Amino acid sequence: MANVSKPARPLSPHLSIWKWGPSMAVSIIHRATGSGLATVGTILFVWWLVAAAGGPGTYADFTGMFTLESGALNIVGWVLGIGLTFCVFQHMMSGLRHLFLDMGANFELKSNKTTAYLTFILSVVLTLGFWLLMLEKWNG
Amino acid sequence: MGDGTSIGRVRGLGSAHEGAHHWWHQRLTAGSNLLLVLWLMVSLLLLPNYSYETIATWMASPWVAVPLILFVVSVFYHFRMGLQVVIEDYQHDESRIVLIVLLNFFTIAASALAIFSILKIAFTAGAA
Ligand code: HEM
Repeated sequence: MANVSKPARPLSPHLSIWKWGPSMAVSIIHRATGSGLATVGTILFVWWLVAAAGGPGTYADFTGMFTLESGALNIVGWVLGIGLTFCVFQHMMSGLRHLFLDMGANFELKSNKTTAYLTFILSVVLTLGFWLLMLEKWNG
Repeated sequence: MGDGTSIGRVRGLGSAHEGAHHWWHQRLTAGSNLLLVLWLMVSLLLLPNYSYETIATWMASPWVAVPLILFVVSVFYHFRMGLQVVIEDYQHDESRIVLIVLLNFFTIAASALAIFSILKIAFTAGAA
């Protein structure tokens, strides 16, 4: 308490000092995917519901934004479709991992790292699986 | 910890004693989101196609309209709490209050629109 005026002690390390690791990446991506879903995802979801409530005409206007004349997805449809699906699965997987950490489990260095990598692998696999099944329906 | 100094109390500094409740509700809705998001993704995959008729008939069933409304309540409450924390982490001046008020407006308007639309489809598409 004596020398509070001139602290020759190390400061708390901040972002620029840490060496990047998988658990840091999962943490910030959980925040980014959650925020992206809450904004872009919510607007699209509500717009979809309102368009459907308006009837076939407004529903066709909505789907028309994301599809070509042929009914196949256009570039906007692809980017938003794959992007938001990945965000859902990534946030879901990192959220699940979060719940275990909140209970005090999975702080061992090795398993903490492994499950961090696992959230990315699983969300990529789930996104691909979801769209493979989806496109099968889409193309009839 | 006590209640802080008197001037601190006057200025409204210090804990509002809401933190644990907020934290727990974020976790509760994480659990209900998990179920409801999985339900929605699987249900969409099980639909034969995504035409207006298919979607409207699907949504007219109580077994779809009700979970969909629960989805809106759970997910929107979850992200309202989540974005509040994000705002509090990065905004330290008056803009924090403005953003949190806007966040509340956005969440309430979006959920009212979503629930009204689901009910309208449920109450009219089934009858048609
Ligand atoms: C799929 C099931 C979901 C699970 C298991 C889940 C889990 C979680 C958990 C555990 C947290 C707390 C993280 C923390 O305190 O650091 C969280 C935060 C958050 N979630 Fe979710 N969530 C899910 C779905 C969603 C959805 C659909 C949205 C958006 C529409 C969303 C938006 C957010 C936001 C914005 C945050 C705050 C992020 C932060 O503070 O860094 N979540 N989620």
